[in-house]
Amino acid sequence: MNLQRRILLKSTLAASATTVAISAGLLTPKAVWAAWNTAAFNAKDVDTALTGAYGSTETTDSDKIKLKAPDVAENGASVTITVDSKLDKTEAISILVNGNAQPLTATFNLGATTEGFITTNIKMGKSSDVIAVVKADGKLYSTKQQVKVTIGGCGG
Amino acid sequence: MANTDSTIQIRSSVKKGVATIKCLVSHPMETGMRKDKKGKLIPAKFIQKLSCEHAGNVVLDADLNGTVSANPYIKFKFSGATKGDTIKVNWVDNKGDSDAVEVEIPTKRRKK
Repeated sequence: MNLQRRILLKSTLAASATTVAISAGLLTPKAVWAAWNTAAFNAKDVDTALTGAYGSTETTDSDKIKLKAPDVAENGASVTITVDSKLDKTEAISILVNGNAQPLTATFNLGATTEGFITTNIKMGKSSDVIAVVKADGKLYSTKQQVKVTIGGCGG
Repeated sequence: MANTDSTIQIRSSVKKGVATIKCLVSHPMETGMRKDKKGKLIPAKFIQKLSCEHAGNVVLDADLNGTVSANPYIKFKFSGATKGDTIKVNWVDNKGDSDAVEVEIPTKRRKK
């Protein structure tokens, strides 16, 4: 009976919370503009995630991207990944893990002055490929490396 | 560090105009797929957006999934910075919690 009212209330509340966050200066306008890409992050396979994030699955292998990851990770809860792109006009870097339930781990949108370099720690459920996808000058490039995981980090 | 209570810790340095920012955030980063000892699912709570601003420009706008490690660590570089510049970092998680911090790139080397 009151279901629609509930939904309306919920959405109104969510909207007002965002407005408060903007007025408080917590969110930059750009961060609001580039909303979190639910479809890409919840995707269950690499292709769907790439389509969601970049609208294409066509990636070119490039040796200008250096993906530094351990060959063997003892603890899957924290695997240090470094992506170093020497491609011109690197706009964004994404890290995907083939074997995770949700492959797309993170997308880093880079500013005009930001170098194509990112180090971060990720979780890996099991041994699989780590894929670095770099968007440079409107095109997608990728490189991958296999990481063996001794103890999975997406426990359950 | 001006704000030691913040969830965000930043180490920054500048070398030849290129700033290196190391950012460590205290956050559980629950995927929502993990179970507790009683077999109940632990609700998802993870940072979705993390961004860094320098001189009014967004230098990094990161979208993270729950598969980023607990207490995420991010290191990146950008050019056009000088010592003493202010850097703003903020994050928002899927529950709407957020935090923000402003730091200056130190002019002197940090004592070890």
